[in-house]
Amino acid sequence: MLTFAILIPLLAAGTLAVAPLGETVSRWTATGAAALSLLALVVVWISGGEGFRAVAEVPWVPELGIAWRVGVDGMSLALALMSALLFVVATAWPIDLHNARAYYAWMAFLAGVSIGLFVTLDLIVFYVFFDLSLVGMYFLIGRWGHGEAQHAALKFFVYTLAGSLLILIGIIVLALNMPTLTFDMRAMIDSPPLAAAGLVPGLVFLAFVIGFGIKTPIFPFHTWLPPAHVNAPGPASAILAGVLLKMGTYGLIRIPLQMMPETFARWALPLGIVGVISILWGSIVAFAQDNMKRRIAYTSVNHMGYTVLGIAVAGSALGSEAARQLALTGAVVEMIAHGLITGALFLIAGAVWQRTADYHLPNFGGLAGPAPRLTGAATLAAFASLGLPGLAGFVAELHIFLGAFAVYPWLAAIGLLGILITAALFLRMLRQMFFGDLPKERADFTDLAGVEVALLTALLALIVLIGVWPVWLLGLIDAGLLIPVSGAGG
Amino acid sequence: MPIGDLAPELAVLLTAVTVLLLAMVLAQRHHGWCAALALSGLAVAAGIAHAQAVAYRLTFSGTFALDGATAWARLLIVGLTALCIGMSPRWFASDRRHGEVYAMFLFSALGAMAMAGAADLMELVIGVLLSSVTGYVLAAYHRDWAISLEAGMKYFLVGALANALLVIGVVLVMGTAGSTAYSELSGSIPESPLALTGLALILTGLFFKMGAVPAHTWVPDVAEGAPVPAAAFLTVVPKIAGSIALYRVVALAPGIEALGLLVALVAAVTMTVGNLSALWQEDVRRLLGWSSVSQTGYALMAVAVAGLAPQALPALIAFMGVYGIANIVAFASVAELRGRTSITDYAGLLGSRPGPVVALAVAFLSLVGIPPLVGFFGKLVLFTAALEAGLAWLAILAVANTVLSLFYYLRVLSPAVFGSSETEAASLSGSARVTLWLSLALLLAATIAWSPLWSALPAVLLP
Repeated sequence: MLTFAILIPLLAAGTLAVAPLGETVSRWTATGAAALSLLALVVVWISGGEGFRAVAEVPWVPELGIAWRVGVDGMSLALALMSALLFVVATAWPIDLHNARAYYAWMAFLAGVSIGLFVTLDLIVFYVFFDLSLVGMYFLIGRWGHGEAQHAALKFFVYTLAGSLLILIGIIVLALNMPTLTFDMRAMIDSPPLAAAGLVPGLVFLAFVIGFGIKTPIFPFHTWLPPAHVNAPGPASAILAGVLLKMGTYGLIRIPLQMMPETFARWALPLGIVGVISILWGSIVAFAQDNMKRRIAYTSVNHMGYTVLGIAVAGSALGSEAARQLALTGAVVEMIAHGLITGALFLIAGAVWQRTADYHLPNFGGLAGPAPRLTGAATLAAFASLGLPGLAGFVAELHIFLGAFAVYPWLAAIGLLGILITAALFLRMLRQMFFGDLPKERADFTDLAGVEVALLTALLALIVLIGVWPVWLLGLIDAGLLIPVSGAGG
Repeated sequence: MPIGDLAPELAVLLTAVTVLLLAMVLAQRHHGWCAALALSGLAVAAGIAHAQAVAYRLTFSGTFALDGATAWARLLIVGLTALCIGMSPRWFASDRRHGEVYAMFLFSALGAMAMAGAADLMELVIGVLLSSVTGYVLAAYHRDWAISLEAGMKYFLVGALANALLVIGVVLVMGTAGSTAYSELSGSIPESPLALTGLALILTGLFFKMGAVPAHTWVPDVAEGAPVPAAAFLTVVPKIAGSIALYRVVALAPGIEALGLLVALVAAVTMTVGNLSALWQEDVRRLLGWSSVSQTGYALMAVAVAGLAPQALPALIAFMGVYGIANIVAFASVAELRGRTSITDYAGLLGSRPGPVVALAVAFLSLVGIPPLVGFFGKLVLFTAALEAGLAWLAILAVANTVLSLFYYLRVLSPAVFGSSETEAASLSGSARVTLWLSLALLLAATIAWSPLWSALPAVLLP
């Protein structure tokens, strides 16, 4: 079933690449493929189970212990569901394009690859999807971006390839240290290799942190993110922020936290500090941006900082087990929530660009008059992003900070400042965009159309649902199973 | 004398002679038949080589090794030479000596086959010389064009020096160890300064064939100036043969650790120099030349861990094979575009010539090692071998270089894919286009069939 969820969008991408279809048909092909993937994942979700479920395995290169292994636990299922949903919305989002068929082909390709990354249980297949996501996004940004698109795409590709190759080295070392050469994630989680202290595990851990840190991105490896976002088309930004960034933090949990728990515990505090620096840096720099998309992009650095803090707390082997579980739950919920919220924000930004070809905040104002629906959606999404209680962001941040206060109280206290700054910057953005006087050249600004409203409503409804009734999501994630047993010493 | 053991080599030799004679009697406009004849000769050679693939013995008084490495080298050399010949008919159509070029290709391929199978230092010298002498001619084949002449001249000068060093090295090793046969040299080369110098000189001669530092300077010039089919040939076929010959030599002295260290250092310098020089090239063919230098650097990682990692030999053969195919695809794209050189001329080509651009993109991504293309597996096994032998620093350096390489490949690709252009691009079509698609199909087939191919690679060498 999971294999179907990967193959359907990939097949759709292949079809779109060769078959001469019109723009509308192309769009619905891509959306339909993503929707079918979502359906397959929902079926897996409904059938339930404990630990890794819906497992399938087909040998690929047996001599090297590589196989097509798929299977999900609560965390990866939740992320895959979120990704599939976001792809449905992003492909259905109306946008003016040249070469629309190729654009939807790449989108469908990226959908298959992203879902594949979350549901695979083989490290090499994981790496394959990790790199393919770069290729897909490179072409999306370079070909359909605006402004300095080629430069941004190049920076994105080179930067993140550097990270992914470090991950490859780490993966190979882990596999070589297994009793028999294998890239099976389950085997590595059950009997973590490189358990002894020493230089090698430390270096491998560092390689993973830098590799995934670039993708996440955490300070100081975040500099590729703003140009990539600013120049990408709106739906591609939504995918980049909503899905691709999650690959970094997902990898951080899946590989270093679960496969090298002892090394992780040794280095948890520095990782937590890096997380807090990202929180503050992201929010402060975001505050200074006049470009709407750049501002949202930097809040991604900030939000991923919360996630990294949560992961660091979870792997610290300090404090009570309950606190660590809380933090990890928070980190995973933050990934889901940030995917939905920032996805919505970038789609809104895309809608603004579609109408004005401008992101410069001082050029806006008073849009609440001509565009009440856009204002409503943007306000709700911004409030969710700044962590207003009753919305998804709050649930995540509450969990993370509850856990963090029990383990690293000082770090948590400093990190809380980030929430304040984020609140200020979003409120300022809302004021600049939607209130005050309407500039003359914006007089003919049109409000969101029916499709846009429907798609945003779906995302925002889910954000509210997680905010007021998160139990179903927390039950699905089941963080208790994610924290490795050997790390539960403290 | 078991003459049948060398049947593939003899088939290539006889075909080369026949092609030469045919080119003398045929009118120039019919020289395309020489290509057909050359291809059929190569097909025969490949068939025999395949039939002999299971053999595992020394032959011809211990001068030639029939083992897995030879079998793979023969098949790769013959197959890739055939692809280079496939690019040629239209390229050389107006050349007065059109037919003779195929004889040159075949003689050069013969030299490469002799080099790869050599189990005796004398035999090695013969192989290297045959491969070199024909290589100079191929590089300078456009003799009315100064750049082609310069390429040939540079190749010749560097080659003459390197080959002289190789011969001196052979003399020194023979003098100190008392033999030239690998079966007697194996493990018995004394660790004396003289013998070490000899080995280092032999290595230098082979570094020249592979385009590794310090004898790499000919590669970019040849890639730029030689006729594109010849450039494709010279940056691939002698390298494959040279790498296997090098592996055989290094494996002779497992006790001498300095040798492995020397190769590791050369690997590190070669990949870095190649990549740094490629960064700002404005000429796509020159860029391909530098990229091929850096790829040699990666391949040398496997030689550096010879005997230390069990998968070193299969990793070397696999990497050279996938590099060779991808490089041929890249040059075939350039040939199909009539040797288009300047990066700026590639802007917007996706619109007017989607075929070659897509092929070029696949070749580049495979050279970078983007999965699931076969280039990724080549690098995966290479990194695994290096890490297993404890050469983590070299693997990390290779990673850094891979990132660098992505940058310059994208410098070509991104204007081609994202840019726009009004002008129509000319293409060579005919057999060049067929070759392009064939080589691309080969690359994709290797990607799909990686698992059986990998398990078929040999892990041990003679003697």
